[in-house]
Amino acid sequence: MDALDLARWQFGVTTVYHFLFVPLTIGLGVFVAGLQTAWYRTGKAHYLSLTKFFGKLFLINFAMGVVTGIVQEFQFGMNWSEYSTFVGDVFGAPLALEALLAFFLESTFLGLWIFGWDRLPKRIHLAAIWAAVIGSNLSAYFILAANAWMKHPVGYEVVNGRARMNDLWAVLTNSTALAQIPHVVAAAFVVAGGFVLAVSGYRILRERGVGLTGRPVTGAGSAIDGDTTVPLRRRTDMWRTSLRGALVMTALAGVVVAGTGDLSGQLLREQQPMKLAAAEGLTRDTDGAPFSLVPGVEVPGMLSLLAAHDPGATVQGVDDIQRRYEQQFGPADYTPNLPVVFWSFRVMIGFGMATVGLSVLGLWLTRKRRGRAGGRRTRNLGGTGAGSAGVGNGAAPPVPSWFARACVLALPLPTAAIIAGWLLSEIGRQPWTVQGELLTAASVSPGVSLTEVAISLSVFTVLYGVLALAEAVLMVRHVKAGPEQPPATPDHAIAAADPDAVRRTPTLMY
Amino acid sequence: MTTFWFIVIAFLWTGYFVLEGFDFGVGALLPLLSRSEADRRQVIGTIGPVWDGNEVWVITAIGAMFAAFPAWYSGLLSTFYLPMFLIVVGLIVRGVGLEWRGKVRSGAERALCDAGIVTGSVLTAFLWGAVFGNLLYDTALATVLGGLLSLSVAILHGAVFVTLKTSGPVRARARNAALAAAAVAVPVGIIALPSVPGSAMDVPSWSTSPWLWACALLAMAALTAGVALVWRRREGWAFTATASSIGLTTAALFGALWPAPLPGLTLAEAASAPYTLTMLTWIGLIALPGVLAYQAWTYWVFRKRLTADISAH
Repeated sequence: MDALDLARWQFGVTTVYHFLFVPLTIGLGVFVAGLQTAWYRTGKAHYLSLTKFFGKLFLINFAMGVVTGIVQEFQFGMNWSEYSTFVGDVFGAPLALEALLAFFLESTFLGLWIFGWDRLPKRIHLAAIWAAVIGSNLSAYFILAANAWMKHPVGYEVVNGRARMNDLWAVLTNSTALAQIPHVVAAAFVVAGGFVLAVSGYRILRERGVGLTGRPVTGAGSAIDGDTTVPLRRRTDMWRTSLRGALVMTALAGVVVAGTGDLSGQLLREQQPMKLAAAEGLTRDTDGAPFSLVPGVEVPGMLSLLAAHDPGATVQGVDDIQRRYEQQFGPADYTPNLPVVFWSFRVMIGFGMATVGLSVLGLWLTRKRRGRAGGRRTRNLGGTGAGSAGVGNGAAPPVPSWFARACVLALPLPTAAIIAGWLLSEIGRQPWTVQGELLTAASVSPGVSLTEVAISLSVFTVLYGVLALAEAVLMVRHVKAGPEQPPATPDHAIAAADPDAVRRTPTLMY
Repeated sequence: MTTFWFIVIAFLWTGYFVLEGFDFGVGALLPLLSRSEADRRQVIGTIGPVWDGNEVWVITAIGAMFAAFPAWYSGLLSTFYLPMFLIVVGLIVRGVGLEWRGKVRSGAERALCDAGIVTGSVLTAFLWGAVFGNLLYDTALATVLGGLLSLSVAILHGAVFVTLKTSGPVRARARNAALAAAAVAVPVGIIALPSVPGSAMDVPSWSTSPWLWACALLAMAALTAGVALVWRRREGWAFTATASSIGLTTAALFGALWPAPLPGLTLAEAASAPYTLTMLTWIGLIALPGVLAYQAWTYWVFRKRLTADISAH
């Protein structure tokens, strides 16, 4: 055990932890902005209730994403000074742009949104949340472009032992980045979709007075939420709206994830053959390589078909790549941790597809059986995200309780999938920090001692554990409590009477 | 181009210390200015909408260092490993405390959030001064003095900000706190001032550049003027003075770091290639005015003084 190992553990722990919160921020932010847009356009009170309810969950989570992100910005320099000095010329640019173009936008406008409920005109206030979520998504673009460069360095030359950028455009439009960014961002929408499904499912069950087990829960229901004015059925409809919105979001994002995942797979074959071979446990260069679902169960030619769109294509194997790398770069171990890469690939695909499958099933179960519902639904997809699904002319069947229960139980799946994808991507990159240019072992800060890293790693681990627990408690409590009292009169009625008279109590304050 | 980017980075750090300076001060003073939950919400409310945007200044400053001077970035952060680690921890507990205190239920939980805000603010404000004091002079005394100076000036700056943004008893308490903080900040500044020429950086600029002396002296003058203006209840001008004092101190600091930001490393050696700097310059020139405009607009939107009853905003 030396400082390098601990520095790697620290990077792994802090980055994976950061990545627990960030996808939810990215996807849920857009979902909340969509809900608020629906409220702005229709004036329907339940959209406002949903906006505030999910807005608060978004903010609880947002805090964690921000503070754990600061660690990353410092950590490259603190623990990986050799890496930072080598790549700063190229890698630093997207990070600086991320802060300048994305983080300022995100944090400033989120502050305006939180505190601006009764300070800003409705239209500007809506624009503030959109500006903030655009900032979040832009930040994903820049950091993933920087990350893609580590796997497939482009637009640079090495001068005096340091990478020098000679084409910023090439860095920002790296083929690896263009496949990876929509893949990760869409996966973030699946994570957020799965989250909203679980929350909505829980609320539906609770307001029907049945628990997760299906037995009646005494004392639960709408009365416990301190809201006896709204009939039970309407409240359940509200959760149906958010559930439907999340189903649409998850299913659409799932299509993007699958498409870009396929693209990433093909790029892997050309750019990072070792990662592909490790993900498949393929030891030798193989023509018409099979795809192993689990060890022992293989689909012939499937890997070649997936990776090259040609069932007969050659896919390189771990041992042969190792031999070629030794010839090219000198003797060393160029093989990543095979079991971790192999299994994270399967967890990513299995759990991810399960979530998307659940959403497709849900769309079918909650489809409108009559009327022009289909046409309406399609039109709503591109608009607000949340859309006004469930408000159409067709008969809207109630969400089956067993499906609501499945949504709650599926909560961990998309997060596990996206974390597994991250592990596949980053552990599969080892032993390189910059593919073909810089080894992880040569990247670490030479002047930072084992003790120093041990201190920071243990404090981060304990602090992060406590904070995760606190966040979970805050979220569960908020979900159990349900939305705060919706306005007795529909908002648009007040707004129409006197726009200046609308003075809502901000629920999203400090 | 190298010099230009050094100035850009100095500007970003200046923005950070001026803006986050009062956030730290407000956070550190939270328990001292409040007698009730309404008071606390009033105090926190002064920075509520803006602190996160202010914090992005340091993210941008460090990101710009990474991009423009990779060896400076990595050298500074890895040399000061444990202080930087503690700064990050401070920013975490403070950020989470600020975001969560309105979302917890019981008074005990809120007190825990407040503890995070206070600890994070005090720790981080002290450490930034300590790191730069140590970097310049490499002595324990300079480290402690630097930390005390940055902490006490941040508290003064934050107290003045609260007097500017609140009314009622909180405002009166903030005025007293400002005067108390000045009783530490001014003497520490006076002790630190004569050490200006003795930098461990072994850079002749300290003793030869009169404008560094001018910055340091003006910073002290602005600090003293700020205290006098608090005394005379000219809060807007007092805030301008403390902000100028922090700005001038940062200018003197970065003046001392030019042209060698770390011992044994010159900016020319640390710099990225001209191509990178040119690209960043164009993007920065296009984006920065917009950023400054919308941040300024935020302060305009939330310009009103907070009273105890509408302190939630």
